[in-house]
Amino acid sequence: MNPVFQGVLAIAVAVAGCGAYFYLSNLFLDRVLYPPTGRDPGRNVNRANAIRPWLFLAPAILFLALYLGYPVIETLRLSVTDRVPGGFVWAGFDNYAQMSRESKFWEAFRNNLLWLIVVPAVSTALGLLVAQLTDRISWGNVAKSLIFMPMAISFVGASVIFKLIYDYRPASQEQIGVLNAVWLQFDGGLASVLVLRVVPGLLLAGFIAAAAWLIWAMLEPVLLGRRKQGALSILLRAALSLGALFLIWRAVTSIIGLALVDLPYGQPQTWLTIPFWNNFFLMVVLIWIQTGFAMVLLSAALRGIPDETVEAAIVDGAGPFQIFFRIKVPQIAGTIAVVWTTITVTVLKVFDIVYAMTNGQWETQVLANYMYDKLFRSNDWGVGSAAAIVIMLLVTPILVWNIYNARREMR
Amino acid sequence: MAQITLNKLNKTYGAVEVIHDIDLKIADKEFVVFVGPSGCGKSTTLRMIAGLEEVSDGELWIGEDMVNDVPSKDRDIAMVFQNYALYPHMTVYKNMAFGLALRKAKESEIDAKVREAARILDIEHLLNRKPKALSGGQRQRVALGRAMVRNPEVFLLDEPLSNLDAKLRGTMRAEITKLHKRLDATFVYVTHDQVEAMTMADRIVVMRDGHILQVDTPQELYDRPVDMFVASFIGAPQMNMLPATLRHTETGFAAEFDGRLMPLPVQDNPARLASFGDRGVILGIRPEDMHEAPPPGLPSEQLAAIHGTVDLAEPLGSEKHLNLSAGGVQIVARVSARCPAVTGAPIDLTVDMRHVHLFDPDTEQSILYGRDS
Repeated sequence: MNPVFQGVLAIAVAVAGCGAYFYLSNLFLDRVLYPPTGRDPGRNVNRANAIRPWLFLAPAILFLALYLGYPVIETLRLSVTDRVPGGFVWAGFDNYAQMSRESKFWEAFRNNLLWLIVVPAVSTALGLLVAQLTDRISWGNVAKSLIFMPMAISFVGASVIFKLIYDYRPASQEQIGVLNAVWLQFDGGLASVLVLRVVPGLLLAGFIAAAAWLIWAMLEPVLLGRRKQGALSILLRAALSLGALFLIWRAVTSIIGLALVDLPYGQPQTWLTIPFWNNFFLMVVLIWIQTGFAMVLLSAALRGIPDETVEAAIVDGAGPFQIFFRIKVPQIAGTIAVVWTTITVTVLKVFDIVYAMTNGQWETQVLANYMYDKLFRSNDWGVGSAAAIVIMLLVTPILVWNIYNARREMR
Repeated sequence: MAQITLNKLNKTYGAVEVIHDIDLKIADKEFVVFVGPSGCGKSTTLRMIAGLEEVSDGELWIGEDMVNDVPSKDRDIAMVFQNYALYPHMTVYKNMAFGLALRKAKESEIDAKVREAARILDIEHLLNRKPKALSGGQRQRVALGRAMVRNPEVFLLDEPLSNLDAKLRGTMRAEITKLHKRLDATFVYVTHDQVEAMTMADRIVVMRDGHILQVDTPQELYDRPVDMFVASFIGAPQMNMLPATLRHTETGFAAEFDGRLMPLPVQDNPARLASFGDRGVILGIRPEDMHEAPPPGLPSEQLAAIHGTVDLAEPLGSEKHLNLSAGGVQIVARVSARCPAVTGAPIDLTVDMRHVHLFDPDTEQSILYGRDS
């Protein structure tokens, strides 16, 4: 049978099956189980109505339990067992211990953290920027549609596109990768210094300033003692400040490296094999896709801000930047949190992009791909499941916070 | 000094002209109310003064400066919005302090000013709350407070009371009037509610379709409206407009309505009235100038009679509104509560002719009090 025909048939059968289920189950409830006749029709109607919601919920509950609930428990079981011929044996935390001894796991963990910091921040910031800039211009909607379009492309599709952009040909041949074609335009002259050293240096300096501001914002209330802080709050603030301090340190070393590095002008690069930086080349793919998502939600949120508050701020004497950062952004803080956490969850699960572009080689491994590697290439169900559990533990708190924020937004 | 001068002020949106060359001088420390039906351009005018709308043509002066191209923040104005426009993410205190903080005022100074304003408005206990947790009246006070703390020369208020319930509106009306006395600043107030205009204003500006029709004190506006629109816009129930014919009599002029001659008040400009001789005119009579019995002490030359049938009698306790048909038109009369008139009965009313109005049916301008044209 033709696969297209099979697909159509599958859709038809599924839709008809759903329709039949809802129709017949309700029919059974109303005609057979609790018909509104007999001695006490009112009570029967009430009973039928109490049961009805469950009829509608049942398929979802069933399939969620089967395909989400059961696998979690099974994965947990697998992660504490080892496969032996003909069965399994209890292994305790051996799999976790073994995993923590593998450098590849820590590489994946570190890369995931890097993704976690960069992708949600950049996607949300870009989305916010685009949403604000396209709000009041006539061709804003066209621009938005173009930026939203990557959302319609699968991660694998996007990876293929970007693999072509990063493509490498020997110097003697014509470059088909856009990045290498651009790269070969740089010759070490003034323009090269400006674009490749000064501009990134300034961006990093800006990042340092932002991180320093974050530290100040975190520590100011504690140091000045303006308001009594709980121990937990102080701990959290200290932790965030330390994290920011680490990022500043990395940024400073990066600036120094940027100034000293000897760039190989004129030689085409195999971008995806440059350790550390290749992570960013992969992140670009996800940012490219997620910016559209962030933009759509944030644009709607910006539109929802009452004009009067902006006008009141204008009369109060606020400039465009003050209006944006002190009036608009705080009013959509809830939406920003939802966007940020949603992208964060996507990032923690990122698999397709890494799988399709580098498959975790050249120090680009991430947890999801590491799990896949262990589970389906090494056939090591124990360590693979342990990795899956680690991912789940990382995602859960963010997901909970995300849902909490989203529900608050809806109120 | 903060007098405001509008000089041939004009506003267009694309090809549509919404404000047509209006001229107006608002004196320093005056309380001026813009009033008119929705879409008359009163809010647009206010927003131009605020700097929220660009001036398309003409000149706008505040104090000694032409401010056409001066940004809002440098105009020394504060504005209170219809929907309060409080910043939802800030506490009441921060809402009020925001403008001062942007102007880099000292923290101690900000604190003193915010607390002073909060004390005057009686919202000291709300300073740490967010706007979400306030009632409409409280929000309105915060909005006023936010305008007050900056000590501006000019307050602009855009229908500030229209979202409050009737009782609260009455209280806040009195408070804003008091605030004006206390703050000693110029107030420009926009409303569509004629009661607010009448009770609060030093002068009222009546607008329609982007034109200023009349600028006068409330009493003058009520007593001597320049045209039919102003006459019917101010006063409730509305002024009755009766189609009549102007007649020359031995004693002067009279309006003929429903077959009776109604003597018109003595004129300082009889020639003007004479030019309308034997023409159709509109006779305007306020409902309270019709009485169920001749008021004592008035000579009969200043009285006239109207005969009609009561369609509906509405007792209000303190007075009674009679809807009647007379000479083919509907008339509303405000009579004393003790008037025995009942629905369906014929009635004779006496009109106090000293206060009647006369309008040209073609131009709708007042013949008695009109601009000399």
